[in-house]
Amino acid sequence: MSMPFYVSPEQLMKDRADFARKGIARGRSVVVMQHAEGILFVAENPSTSLHKISEIYDRIAFAAVGKYNEFENLRVAGVRLADLRGYSYDRRDVTGRGLANAYAQTLGTIFTTEPKPYEVEIVVAEVGADAESDQVFRLTYDGSVADEHGVAVMGGSSDVIGGYLAERYADGLTLAEALTLAVDGLSRDGGSGESRTLGSDQLEVAVLERHRPRRSFRRIRAREIDELLGVGA
Amino acid sequence: MSTPHQLPGPYFTPGRTSFSDFLAEVAPDVAARARATIEASAATTAAAPHGTTIVAVTFVGGVVMAGDRRATVGNIIAQRDIQKVFPADEHTCVGIAGSAGIATELVRLLQVELEHYEKIEGTQLSLDGKANRLATMIRANLPMAFQGLAAIPLFAGYDVDESRGRIFSYDVTGGRYEEHDHYSVGSGSLFARGSLKKLHSVGMDADDAVRVCVEALWDAADDDSATGGPDLARGIFPVVAVVDAAGYRRLPDSESGAVVRAVVDARQHRPDGPAAGVAAADD
Repeated sequence: MSMPFYVSPEQLMKDRADFARKGIARGRSVVVMQHAEGILFVAENPSTSLHKISEIYDRIAFAAVGKYNEFENLRVAGVRLADLRGYSYDRRDVTGRGLANAYAQTLGTIFTTEPKPYEVEIVVAEVGADAESDQVFRLTYDGSVADEHGVAVMGGSSDVIGGYLAERYADGLTLAEALTLAVDGLSRDGGSGESRTLGSDQLEVAVLERHRPRRSFRRIRAREIDELLGVGA
Repeated sequence: MSTPHQLPGPYFTPGRTSFSDFLAEVAPDVAARARATIEASAATTAAAPHGTTIVAVTFVGGVVMAGDRRATVGNIIAQRDIQKVFPADEHTCVGIAGSAGIATELVRLLQVELEHYEKIEGTQLSLDGKANRLATMIRANLPMAFQGLAAIPLFAGYDVDESRGRIFSYDVTGGRYEEHDHYSVGSGSLFARGSLKKLHSVGMDADDAVRVCVEALWDAADDDSATGGPDLARGIFPVVAVVDAAGYRRLPDSESGAVVRAVVDARQHRPDGPAAGVAAADD
């Protein structure tokens, strides 16, 4: 009878984390940015039907990078949880924090107990009555949660893009300014300063609009993206 | 309901788009609570508040639905300003006559059901799909219907595929019937339907349709004691909803109030309402 090799817990966790990080690094990035009128989500995504950005509830949206089937699973579970909460109690009782907690527990359990961790990184964002009460939670493959302010970037080149955007981001940008900045950041994922050109057909854009009653999530389609970016005309 | 350590299996079931099916599996207590409300109000049906008359009229490019504001318990007026017409989603509305507790629960479940599908699938159900879904939900309450429950919805919406307003009525067994041009449900519906028949004309615009609805509700209130007329003293007017390509819109009190006052003024001169011309055109 052969004895299995001993693997230390440190090594086991490190291997799993490396595995998940590699999977995530293969995908294009997603930028989540607060601005004067709400929260903006921009993803590089040539598909118009396989979304990386989605509505969860009245004031809450979801953005993800990584393996599609895995984050799609999480998204659907989030919609179910939110709708169940809202139906059991009241629509106001569905919060981004509650959802982020449920995701964190789920991702954490999967990371330690399943044969393979989820290769995903997600953002749960809730738009508030004013910019101070906006909440942006970023969750990683192992269930850790970070409370983000201003800009959050996920995906392969998140360091490069995040660094670029952090230098240029300011509070109170208009939607057009925020979108221009986010697209500018996404186009610099090659590192070393050079940038690509990203057209509206390669972008998936959505907003949580602060002053929209009830369901505040709205997708911004190609034509409006061009208008906001000031191209074509 | 507590926060689970990990979201359990049913949350990850692929391909399920129905919220009520999900509810029955994950939170049978919540589903049962809704059912208990329905059973309780069915058992004490005489003591539970009842809503009364709903009317709907199609016009070119949409549909108008309106409901009076009265809820009754026996001969007592239980509430003067109850709302019986609700948005179901962006392009549909639902009005319910009958036991008020069941009606509001059914509406709430329908609203979540439609939104749930839209979010999970990333697309809206067709208008027929929504109407069928409501039929299934009514059928699920069939046992209660035999215990004396009566909550009959009227469903209407703008069909984005066919670019027109459509109206659906139901019976307690979940039977679904498409109605043409206009329809009414509730205790005053016999009188309202008579009125709608005479006042409706093909090719009306939204304003005409609103006026016809308010006239029909007046005629219902005129002859049915359970249907409330507009309460000018308190400023309580019928709930009037217009659904067209732009979506659901409930008329603000200023708009519905103006129509109500016009109807009341006209009735001062002719209490039975506009006369239907036997020979030719209306009015």
